[in-house]
Amino acid sequence: MLAALVIVFREVLEAGLIIGVVLAASRGVPGRSRTVVLGVLAGVAGSAMVATFAAQIASAFEGRGQELFTAAVLILAVCMLAWHVIWMAEHAHELTARLRQLGHDVTLGSRSVAVLGTVVALAVMREGSEVVLFLTGIVLQGAEGAVALALGSAGGLALGAAVSAGVSLGLSALPVRHLFAVTGMLVTLLAAGLAAQAVQQLTSAGLISFLDGTLWDSTWLLSEDSWPGRVLHVLIGYMDRPTVLQGIVYVATAVTIFVLGRTRRTLGLARAPSEAGLGQS
Amino acid sequence: MSDRSATPPAVSALAAGAMAVVALLVAPAQVRSADEIEVSITIKDHRFDPAEVRVPAGKAIKLTVKNLDASAEEFESKTLKVEKIIAGNGTGVIRLKPLAKGSHKFFGEYHEKTAQGLLIVE
Repeated sequence: MLAALVIVFREVLEAGLIIGVVLAASRGVPGRSRTVVLGVLAGVAGSAMVATFAAQIASAFEGRGQELFTAAVLILAVCMLAWHVIWMAEHAHELTARLRQLGHDVTLGSRSVAVLGTVVALAVMREGSEVVLFLTGIVLQGAEGAVALALGSAGGLALGAAVSAGVSLGLSALPVRHLFAVTGMLVTLLAAGLAAQAVQQLTSAGLISFLDGTLWDSTWLLSEDSWPGRVLHVLIGYMDRPTVLQGIVYVATAVTIFVLGRTRRTLGLARAPSEAGLGQS
Repeated sequence: MSDRSATPPAVSALAAGAMAVVALLVAPAQVRSADEIEVSITIKDHRFDPAEVRVPAGKAIKLTVKNLDASAEEFESKTLKVEKIIAGNGTGVIRLKPLAKGSHKFFGEYHEKTAQGLLIVE
């Protein structure tokens, strides 16, 4: 039972952390709770589809299908998160003003909400298919210990959801004026980490074989397999043995998002007072 | 309302972009696979057969894992940085870059008690 709990929790941890961060990062955006729920449901449906066609996906592209599919999902998630950071940079000012005044929802456009939902769905779908396959395996193996395994799995899922809530609430406890600066930075690093993971997938598929020397080895200090290592791996993209290319892609992604966000922020500051219709308190 | 209608094209453009990047990468890779060492192992009753695999150092390896069990398995190796789902009654291909001499443990994450193996590079 404990084994099942650990396996399922390990798989859902990444999605749980991402959802928590994204929730906190979009505080004050109208309709975000509903969107997150829809995103999770879409992700679960996607997981079931991916699990059903796991064999076909795996054998596509000369056995590279699984890696290519994961890489595509990761790259898409990176684009969405980048978009989110840039959008938030522009609108953080209005949202901060609103959160301070506890005013009614201001229509800020549904684009940000759609992007948010997609990120959640992708995060759930990525690891969710593995949970579905694991659970299907339990059912296929029949009676012996199935109940205990099912209970353990349910516990793992619940823990994952608890992580989401914990991260979201923890970040939301930050003072409003720092909230979006912190979450913006966090989402930027998270996206950079996912981009580095995409590199890893493409390397596994045998498609990238340049700059694949190990940049550093900090396994002795903090292993990616330890729980703190896993959490930092998702939150800030920590890697215990990155390749040179992974390092380059990580830095390039983070810098690109940061610079674009900065540019849009200036734009948002110039426009915010008139558009939001709210004074500074 | 203009926001609402603007969403799908932006999203699908990003998706198309991601797929295009991947597609571009696939093409040149077909050429390279010629000098790979091919090794295959099977999973049966949540055990690897053979559980010990020997491969030469300095050569790219194509490891085919055939899962004869009905349930899925996740082939994993920490030191090789491999995590790969192998569907029930399915086959998975794992590509490894040329390795230095040494040994690498691998295991099936879903049945870690029984599914244990060792890759020896010599």
